[in-house]
Amino acid sequence: MADLIRLTDVEKSYTRGKEKIVIFDKLTMHIENGDFVAIMGPSGSGKTTLLNLLGGTDRPDKGTIEFGGARIDALKENELAKWRSANVGFIFQFYNLMPILTAAQNVELPLMLTNLSAQKRRDNVATALKVVGLEDRARHRPRELSGGQQQRVAIARAIVADPKLLLCDEPTGDLDRTTADEILGTLQLLNRQLGKTILMVTHDAAAAKFAKRTLHLDKGRFNEKELAA
Amino acid sequence: MNDLVLMRKNLFRRPVRTILLIVSILIAFLIFSATMSFSKSITTFNSKPNRMVTVSKINFTESLPIAHYDKIARTEGVSVATHLNWFGGYYQDPVKGFMPVFAVDPETYYEVYKEDLPLAENVKQAFFTERTAMLAAEPVAAKWGWKVGQKVPMNSNIFSQADGSHVWDFTLVGTFPTPPGSSQTGSVLVGYKYFNETISFGRDHIGWISFLTKSAALNDQVVNAIDQRFANSADETSTQDEAAFNKAFAAQLGNIGLVVTLVVGAAFAAILLIVGTTMVLAVRERTQEVGVMKTLGFTSGRVLRMVLGESLLLTLIGAGLGTGLAALALSLASGGSSGGPPIYFDLSVIKWCVLIALAFGLVTGLLPAISAYRLKIIDALARR
Repeated sequence: MADLIRLTDVEKSYTRGKEKIVIFDKLTMHIENGDFVAIMGPSGSGKTTLLNLLGGTDRPDKGTIEFGGARIDALKENELAKWRSANVGFIFQFYNLMPILTAAQNVELPLMLTNLSAQKRRDNVATALKVVGLEDRARHRPRELSGGQQQRVAIARAIVADPKLLLCDEPTGDLDRTTADEILGTLQLLNRQLGKTILMVTHDAAAAKFAKRTLHLDKGRFNEKELAA
Repeated sequence: MNDLVLMRKNLFRRPVRTILLIVSILIAFLIFSATMSFSKSITTFNSKPNRMVTVSKINFTESLPIAHYDKIARTEGVSVATHLNWFGGYYQDPVKGFMPVFAVDPETYYEVYKEDLPLAENVKQAFFTERTAMLAAEPVAAKWGWKVGQKVPMNSNIFSQADGSHVWDFTLVGTFPTPPGSSQTGSVLVGYKYFNETISFGRDHIGWISFLTKSAALNDQVVNAIDQRFANSADETSTQDEAAFNKAFAAQLGNIGLVVTLVVGAAFAAILLIVGTTMVLAVRERTQEVGVMKTLGFTSGRVLRMVLGESLLLTLIGAGLGTGLAALALSLASGGSSGGPPIYFDLSVIKWCVLIALAFGLVTGLLPAISAYRLKIIDALARR
């Protein structure tokens, strides 16, 4: 299958005080279209930084990042924002819903960046909520929903604009096992039935089992055998 | 949902805080609109360029001999002249019933001010011919429930009659409107002849003389002729055009412009600090949400516009309510007025309110908007 993402010789470091912390040193990897990859590793291994780079919310110091064959690391900030809205859905550990908006309005947020008509937006929101099984909670605000339901709303928000890539940062880290499995089942469904490419950062080995493959990251380097597989 | 809905929802996420902010902005704009309108009301009268006023050179409260009137009326360049006396009038209560009552020469007064005295012919004739005739401003007649034909006992806190009484019985023969800017600064007009015949002192003296020149181009010539004529006499005069006279009259109440500037400036400065600080805090407490919006693809420019829009929405709501309340209050105050210069809500104030509200909104929203604009996604999402 064709590559959706390709990182080539990516270097990334942060400065903390006078100390330079190298996260990635010439990292090269690729993710195929339609893959579901779990990324595991200890704290500080670079998991979240990798998601930030892939999602265009951070930039590499050196190297290139390609998405569908086009470089995204060279895009200007506004271009990158447009690219994100069209191609990437984000799912966070703590849901990050806007408390002032209803579930439907939260899901509608990415559609505010499109030229869709109000009716088309409503239809898309209804479809996204139906996919995650929350069509009857459309008018509820986040505080009126359980953690699992909030994460489902976040998934609906991530898929409503029909992006190719879903980036999930510990999506079940704040949920009990049963609810976590339901959420992971939903992600699996999105991957298998809708063909979404999913990268999921997790500490949870049980969660990683829902992915097609797992990559272990340590000190900015992937396990070479897993990467080559 | 659109950006405006999102701004409104963000603005009212803490309703009590937002309502308190709106109330504080409302108060500032209420004060501004009311004082500006009041200032305009008492300094803006319909004035004709060829309408002039002669008063005593000492002070306009000093009376002049009636003979001055005859001489001024005959001055070359003067087309018609009239004279007025301050009656010091009140109805029933010296404080609540106080009102500007002028004793005038009816026929010449009408000639000088007829643009602002739309009187029916029968009313005009009654005012001209009936000895105790009285005209009242419409709001004043309405306030006291006076009806045409009614006897109105009017007190004077200056003059008395020969028998020591301070009360004159007048007959209301008609009313006149006092729209915004009317030259009719008096509430009640009574006949000078009746007044002059019955007062126990100050007879054959007048307060000031108002006259029309044949052309505004003759004003300077007429001013010089009049004031030079009475120079070095016991009753020297000072003649000026009506606009200058009104301005000087208003100045007796103090420097209204300065008062407005100081009061409103202090109110706005205080509110600016409160609203500005609160807006900074309000945006800071949702740093993570700003980060999420940017992650979803909202550009920094759009986030900046939304924060500024929120601030503008807040100030425009407060300003709108404050200005509306001022209009309502002045309308009610005008209805209960005892007369004098008609107090009204000046529509030009709206233009200033909109401009100030926009500036206010931009200033208070700029700092949090720039901060949201510069916010990096990874920094915003790292804050938990």
